[in-house]
Amino acid sequence: MERTGALLGQFRDLDQQRDTVALGMWVFLLTEIMFFGGMFLTYTIYRLKFPHAFAEGSRELDVVKGGWNTAVLIASSFTMALAVRAAQMRKRKLLCILLASTMILGGVFLGVKYFEYAQKFEHHLVPGPDFHMSAPDAAQVQIFFSLYFAMTGMHALHMIIGEGMLLALLIYSWRGKYTGGYFAPVENGGLYWHFVDIVWIFLFPLLYLVDLHR
Amino acid sequence: MSATTASPAAASSPLQPPRENYLNASYGIRSWLLTTDHKRIALLYLISITSFFALGGVFALLIRLQLLTPEGWLVGPDTYNRLFTMHGIVMIFFFLIPAIPGVLGNFLVPLMIGAKDLAFPRLNLLSWYIFNIGALFTFYAILTGGIDTGWTFYPPYSSIFSNSQVAAAVIGIFITGFTSILTGLNFIVTIHTMRAPGMTWWRLPIFVWAHYATSIIMVLGTPVLAITLVLVAGERLLHLGFFDPRLGGDPLLFQHLFWFYSHPAVYIMILPAMGVTTEIVATFARKNLFGYKFVAAASLAIAVIGFLVWAHHMFVAGLSIYAAMAFSMLSYLVAIPSAVKVFNWTATLYRGSVSWQTPMLYALGFIGLFVMGGMTGLFLASLGADVHVHDTYFVVAHFHYIMVGGAVMGYLGGLHFWWPKISGRMYPEGLSRAAAIILFVGFNLTFFPQFVLGYLGMPRRYASYPPEFQVLNVLSTAGASILGLGYILPIIYFVWSMRYGKVASPNPWPATGLEWQASSPPPSENFETTPVVTWEPYDFEHRPDLGLPKPERAQPEKLEAPGLQGRD
Amino acid sequence: MNQSIPLFPERASSFAGGVDAFFIFLVLVALFFSVVVGVGILYFSFRHRRTASNPVGKIVAGSLSLEIAWMAVPFVIAMFMFAWGSKLYVEMRRPPSDALEIYVVGKQWMWKVQHPDGRREFDELHVPVNRDIKLTMISEDVIHDFFVPAFRVKMDVLPGRYTTLWFRATKTGRYHLFCSQYCGTEHSHMGGWVIVMEPSDYQAWLSGGSGSESLEQAGQALFTQLACVSCHGEGQGPGPRAPALRGVYGSKVKLSDGRTVLADEAYIRESILDPRAKIVMGYEPIMPTFQGVISEDQLLQLIAYVKSLGVPPAGAQRSVAGKE
Repeated sequence: MERTGALLGQFRDLDQQRDTVALGMWVFLLTEIMFFGGMFLTYTIYRLKFPHAFAEGSRELDVVKGGWNTAVLIASSFTMALAVRAAQMRKRKLLCILLASTMILGGVFLGVKYFEYAQKFEHHLVPGPDFHMSAPDAAQVQIFFSLYFAMTGMHALHMIIGEGMLLALLIYSWRGKYTGGYFAPVENGGLYWHFVDIVWIFLFPLLYLVDLHR
Repeated sequence: MSATTASPAAASSPLQPPRENYLNASYGIRSWLLTTDHKRIALLYLISITSFFALGGVFALLIRLQLLTPEGWLVGPDTYNRLFTMHGIVMIFFFLIPAIPGVLGNFLVPLMIGAKDLAFPRLNLLSWYIFNIGALFTFYAILTGGIDTGWTFYPPYSSIFSNSQVAAAVIGIFITGFTSILTGLNFIVTIHTMRAPGMTWWRLPIFVWAHYATSIIMVLGTPVLAITLVLVAGERLLHLGFFDPRLGGDPLLFQHLFWFYSHPAVYIMILPAMGVTTEIVATFARKNLFGYKFVAAASLAIAVIGFLVWAHHMFVAGLSIYAAMAFSMLSYLVAIPSAVKVFNWTATLYRGSVSWQTPMLYALGFIGLFVMGGMTGLFLASLGADVHVHDTYFVVAHFHYIMVGGAVMGYLGGLHFWWPKISGRMYPEGLSRAAAIILFVGFNLTFFPQFVLGYLGMPRRYASYPPEFQVLNVLSTAGASILGLGYILPIIYFVWSMRYGKVASPNPWPATGLEWQASSPPPSENFETTPVVTWEPYDFEHRPDLGLPKPERAQPEKLEAPGLQGRD
Repeated sequence: MNQSIPLFPERASSFAGGVDAFFIFLVLVALFFSVVVGVGILYFSFRHRRTASNPVGKIVAGSLSLEIAWMAVPFVIAMFMFAWGSKLYVEMRRPPSDALEIYVVGKQWMWKVQHPDGRREFDELHVPVNRDIKLTMISEDVIHDFFVPAFRVKMDVLPGRYTTLWFRATKTGRYHLFCSQYCGTEHSHMGGWVIVMEPSDYQAWLSGGSGSESLEQAGQALFTQLACVSCHGEGQGPGPRAPALRGVYGSKVKLSDGRTVLADEAYIRESILDPRAKIVMGYEPIMPTFQGVISEDQLLQLIAYVKSLGVPPAGAQRSVAGKE
């Protein structure tokens, strides 16, 4: 298919292209909701079944690191939203700065996550043959940690993919591609990033804040 | 009131296919493996689908051979368990789910709505590659010992007890699931935003409505399967305990999660075939579709209600009585829109001009066999009868009537109907009719005895059985050999036709859809200029370009009522 | 039913006639609609076939009334089927309270049947005719299914959870028993026979056993052997550290988290295998788990023993039961 500037060959005009790509991102996010939703459902069922084990598991998580990460991610959503605005206002340098800031904040999140995971390995809290906990319901606490790693792992994977996407946006922004009036990719990238943020906002209390004050 | 583009067919000689079409626009393997043309991708899918169907068919053949004798003479139970598992996995995930959307949907949806391609052509190509990568994982599992859990993978057997390649197979299916998700996404967005001017929602062919409904299911349901498979793989590889009762897990949770996808999945398999049938019936009766809006709405209703009935697979699994009753009631409700479609198809034939060319034979066969399969579904929806026939050959017969008698016949009918558009050639009509009839006869002989076997009590997934069940099993196997012949013939003559078949005109039937306005085969860009649509679907009255006499109004009879022909 | 045309299995239970009648009704409805649609298609295709004088179809307007009719009529029929089918099912799922209880343990790839008086059998189930029989079933490994076509009953047999199935055999004879939930290599051979006998023959058969102790007796022996007595006492009154077991079966138990649960087989089984899941109000969570130390058969013996310790008077609720 031929490309004329920003217009891809299968589209009639930029308006159709923008509408199509936006709808595509929304539908994709819908599938992501179903995917994470399956994990949330499983979490809900087992939490109702093993409230004590889930509280125990949750107490092993570092609320400070989790809270810090939550703040970092919300800040990155803010910079992302500002980036979309910058593209709309055709401010190339500002756009690049804001995209880079989003990436850096995302990187901070992932770095803290790495340390959290490393700590879990040390404390034998990673599900599998190496899992060890001296509690009578260790098997159920292992289910908690299975869900912890599955959910935060999937989330982190989506963040890494998001970082790649941000890098691509940054490179094209530097070349001026999105400050000429058509900035749909930045918008849709923003949508994706906000979605990943929202998932975390649900994950954080469900995983870190179970029975906090006991 | 005419429309559209200058007919490209007029620019070429009547004895040769149009000079520049998507098939010869470029040559070489790279131009095919790196294509973004939805029509070429459809053919790539055709090759993959046909290969996987053949593989699944080989497993079926071995199953039926084994069941010729009560003791099971051909293979031992371990091998048999692998055979039926792999038959199910290959047929469901690698044939039935992707076939019509991947081949016919990909080829036709842009043409039918007047677009140059799908919304995301590169994503479309990626989907095909993902499809094959998933298949590779599954084949690895098959070649290195196979899987013996049944395609339903129930734990604890699959996660703890089975000594087979469960993880590899499950990863393969997980990967292939993304084909569904991405294809569904592509279709939904395309249908929303890429329609040509004048192509309103109520002018869309039912084939498009059917693929829209199917895509909703693909997009919402497949991710749940993905997470379920992740949990099973995790349990198997890391002994996690989601479904292991010894660790506090619940095997029934798996069943709920699994069937939440796998029941809507069967509507993924049948809705596109219903779309095909609608196109064929209207075309070969040369008549407007009766109840167009109802048929379109019924497609959506099936998709929505289909998400609410999953636990009818679990009536004897340990559900509460109240849950069972709720799901039974909902399962009856999902049958109503299907009935609406069947009645509307039948009513379309009334006062038509019916021709029994091959695609129509498949479509009419579809309707008959779908009715039988669907009615026996009501037996299963009803709690009192399901207790007796659950997990017996009655269920096997029921779903083969829908899947084979329904979906496969829809697929073959569609291939025949659109073959001239896809290849620019006609298939041999006499041979194709014979094949359709052979298939119909063979099918019924194979699967009808299984209803009787099931009620008599023969459980499914049995490598050997008590001697009193032998006669019916032998009948079934005899039918299977005839059915196999019915499948081999089209493969042979379709390939033959690509070289030696009669050259097709743009609209040989003729049919009213926008896809028939492009040449046969179409050029890469589908339409030279963007079509502008001004006619209603299945409208033979305002289409002088079809070369048919103008239809008269039927004399007022009991069918007179405010028009519901999609005239908006 | 004419036996020379095998379309139906033998009717050997009180359910069979009802299920078959319902099935025949379903067949007739299916036949009716198949014929209506089939005849409609064939008739219209022929009557309105393409000829030189009929080259194109007429324009037929839609009909709202017809659409509504062919939605409403199937709906009514469907609801009728739903009601009839549900009625049969509810009856099948509600065993009579005075049914003779027999225990079944499924494992790859055999059935172990335990009669309450102690007689055990494998891959066979002997029952008296015209008596309500309730099977309480559990699996030692994967999911199985207990299916007797002649009785028209089936129920999955799950690991970790009891399921029940009941029937009343109405004809003496020998009937197939099949496992009908795929369970591995020998799934096809995991079957046997249900043998229905005259009551006198059944009694004779029961006493023909090797004089083994009854389930309750075995359970009582196990109760002592596993030192349950040391906390629960002899089972007559509250023990030093644990709730009394007398009359617990069938009663409502108040738990430390405020919930009230019914003490059925599942509750007793869970209390032995996972004592911390439900703590009786007023007691400490000190009971050790017997997971891995005790088999499903032994669990059934203990449950039979606990059941034999008496049923509470109607309306009794146990709360801080130790201080009775």
